[in-house]
Amino acid sequence: MSQLAHSPHAHAPVSVGKVMATVMLALVPATVFGFWLYGWPAIFLWTVCVAAALLGEAATMQLQGRPARPALLDGSALLTAWLLALSLPPWAPWWIGAIGSLFAVVVTKQVFGGLGQNVFNPAMAARVMLLISFPVEMTLWTAPAPITGLHAPGFAEAWRITFGGGAWDAMTSASLLGHVKTEFTRGVDLLSSLPGYYVPHDSVWGQRAGSLGETSALLLLFGGLYLIARRIVTWHAPVAMLLGVAVPALIANTLAPAHYLGPLPHLLSGGIVLGAFFIATDPVTSPNTATGQFIFGLGCGLLTWIIRTWGGYPEGVAFAVMLMNATTPMIDLYVKPRIYGRNRKGQSLPAAPSKKEA
Amino acid sequence: MNARTLHPFHGGVHPEEHKTESNGRPIATMPLLPCYVVPLRQHIGTPAAPMVKAGDRVLKGQMIGQAEGYVSTAVHAPTSGRILAVEPRPVPHPSGLPDLCIVIESDGEDRAVEFQPLDWRSLDPSALRNRIRDLGLAGLGGAVFPSYIKLNPGATRKVPTLILNGAECEPWITCDDRLMRERADGILRGAAAMQTMLHADEIIVGIEDNKPEAVAALQAAAKHLGLPVEVAIVPTLYPSGGGKQLAYLLTGKEMPAGGRSTDAGVQVFNVATAYSLHRAIDLGEPMLARVVTVTGHVAEPQNFEVRIGTPIGDLIRQAGGELAGATGKLIGGPMMGFELRDDAAPLTKAVNCVIVKNRKLFPAAPPAMPCIRCGECARACPALLQPFEMYWYAKAKDFGKAQSYRLFDCIECGCCSYVCPSHIPLVDFFRFAKGEIWAREREKEASEQARQRHEFHQFRLEREKQEKADKLAAKAVDRLKTVETSSSDPEAERKKAILQAAIERAQKAKEGITPKNVDGLTPQIQQEIADIEARRAQLREAAHAKDEDNA
Ligand code: SF4
Ligand code: SF4
Repeated sequence: MSQLAHSPHAHAPVSVGKVMATVMLALVPATVFGFWLYGWPAIFLWTVCVAAALLGEAATMQLQGRPARPALLDGSALLTAWLLALSLPPWAPWWIGAIGSLFAVVVTKQVFGGLGQNVFNPAMAARVMLLISFPVEMTLWTAPAPITGLHAPGFAEAWRITFGGGAWDAMTSASLLGHVKTEFTRGVDLLSSLPGYYVPHDSVWGQRAGSLGETSALLLLFGGLYLIARRIVTWHAPVAMLLGVAVPALIANTLAPAHYLGPLPHLLSGGIVLGAFFIATDPVTSPNTATGQFIFGLGCGLLTWIIRTWGGYPEGVAFAVMLMNATTPMIDLYVKPRIYGRNRKGQSLPAAPSKKEA
Repeated sequence: MNARTLHPFHGGVHPEEHKTESNGRPIATMPLLPCYVVPLRQHIGTPAAPMVKAGDRVLKGQMIGQAEGYVSTAVHAPTSGRILAVEPRPVPHPSGLPDLCIVIESDGEDRAVEFQPLDWRSLDPSALRNRIRDLGLAGLGGAVFPSYIKLNPGATRKVPTLILNGAECEPWITCDDRLMRERADGILRGAAAMQTMLHADEIIVGIEDNKPEAVAALQAAAKHLGLPVEVAIVPTLYPSGGGKQLAYLLTGKEMPAGGRSTDAGVQVFNVATAYSLHRAIDLGEPMLARVVTVTGHVAEPQNFEVRIGTPIGDLIRQAGGELAGATGKLIGGPMMGFELRDDAAPLTKAVNCVIVKNRKLFPAAPPAMPCIRCGECARACPALLQPFEMYWYAKAKDFGKAQSYRLFDCIECGCCSYVCPSHIPLVDFFRFAKGEIWAREREKEASEQARQRHEFHQFRLEREKQEKADKLAAKAVDRLKTVETSSSDPEAERKKAILQAAIERAQKAKEGITPKNVDGLTPQIQQEIADIEARRAQLREAAHAKDEDNA
């Protein structure tokens, strides 16, 4: 006899795989732009990340004696690797991508119990790990060399860049945040270090040194808005994160323009937009209520600004997100929805002031 | 057209409607069947008590089961004939367990008892309600709560807002839609009686916007009956037909958790219940039949007015029978309905829809994946719960925690399961957890009573001993002091020695009590108590001696 099904007997046409696929779709424009901007090495790096993540996922599932297929098909490993790749220096050697991806999938996710159980965002945890372990490789940025342009490395040369080691010293450049930090330590204030280096127009489009897929704020913004429109994510965490950076930046910049970057370069630099729409919205590692998500996003933004401004690293999104990941259970404990028929404390609402019998 | 400001409830889902399959044809009737099976439990509460036995002859409309206790209502013979048996038979219930039924073989004459219209305007309210109970009225929206109870406004209370629920938010079901289109007059006549009984100020009918014909029919009926009924159009969003959701939608009033809708000054009845009230009071007819949708993978999906007790297999045949490739039947809608296990089970007052399934319309659920905490379930939950938290703890069998997330506020609407991208059967977990908690509660209650009895017994023993020992010690010390200060003659010395011994013994007695959890009165303790009494006597003696000295 067939097993009896229980209600509901209908289901919305949704699945984890579809959700992940939609997020990936939203990443496509920024990623393709990154490929174009940084050429073949970027494509190789992205491929290495993805391959390592899928292998790592399959191997750990096998080791646990669980079927690997559904885990691979749910797309979470692929998405993690994708997000990690976008946050790496585009010409980083292959092993950076491989180690990062394996760490993200095996240590940050599977060791914690697999899909849905991890405390930290896998991509951000891997990025932090790489940044601490390989600070040199992780901060060597490349000036854009569009794949169609003259300076772009050919396929063979790109292969050597990613897999052979070396051969890219001529192309190094500093990211905006890195430049500002370096100049600052040399005693050069913003008023003289910024002009000529920060061109808002380029930042919007992403024509500057930076991570593989973080430079084009505009394309990432489009992707994020698409996710909101498709109701995959809500606006709370992204908007809060952008505010968390922009508001303190605006205040500080108004008070001391020579010492603090303004909101716009902050928003357009580094991983803020990617972080706001694609990282802070990770359902597993962020709070579950709208209010909680707003608090979470605000914290991510604020911490990013603090780390960027006073910390030892030029970029702080990954650290900020991890710190806020750790607070997520607390936020969820204190921020709960008001249940129907109850007040915020969970007590039953009083009966209506209708005419009571004497 | 819709003057009322609506108060959208939280969450909700919009499954495929599948209404057009069955709502295009008028309500049909069924020929008389040779046999009917009338369950005694067709409503929430205590089952009716059988009033007939095998071999008895009955008439259509004759009461064959009477209400038993407060939350109960009567059942009636759907036709004239002979009682074949009063025995457990398969019934349409999620448990699949058989239940006590009265089986009637019809004599083909369909002779009815004489129905007496109720003079409801002049009848004493409580007498009227008792008549309604004896006519077997129960809510036809699915919950089948005895109507006579809901028609009681309380001692001096009134229920300001009467809501008729015509939302019919479950997919596939169209019986209320057809009823409203075809019998709007009857519905509103019933509603008018309800209004009088509840002293309601207003009547609002809530209908989803996918039923424009029903809206028009009710508006027309209200006009020509001259009844001040407001027909409110609500958006098509499951579960707008949930009592709490509809009441909130139309009035913005929330019913307190664990309370009743009347606590918010609102009472909600299904339109079909209003219609049967009309039949009951204007024609004196008991609840003998209801309208039910037969749809899905059948030849001619349609609504039927069917006698209670009709075997569901016969009903499906009336709709042309199930087509090749059928994979089962659902009772109720796809969101809250359950699987029918036996075609022989009869139609009850609770059954509003029978859906024949096939693989295309009702594909098997994909395997469940881990929860990714995406919060979709919480966004869909009309009770504003956090299903993923309750699921987490229910799965871990941490029922206390699950309860702290207000598991019992869950109305089992199924919205959470419907939207979960991981295809987790959340509602199953909630039902399981509720069942476990109930079972544990019952167990705990039983053992708690035993424990309390035992503990109180222990406590009383301890207390008595303690009091006695304390008094004893205090007195002895007192006496000793007086003896010491008075004199040093040999007589006093003797008394002193006696008292000293008494104090020591009292001390010992006190020490002897310290161990707890003494089981009953052991001989040892009895002995100790006797000892204490003896010492008291000695002390009294000593005291007397001293008094005499002082004198
Ligand atoms: S919808 Fe499913 S996966 Fe998402 S939080 Fe709820 S239970 Fe978890
Ligand atoms: S079944 Fe319960 S938890 Fe799920 S959506 Fe409905 S009320 Fe909420």
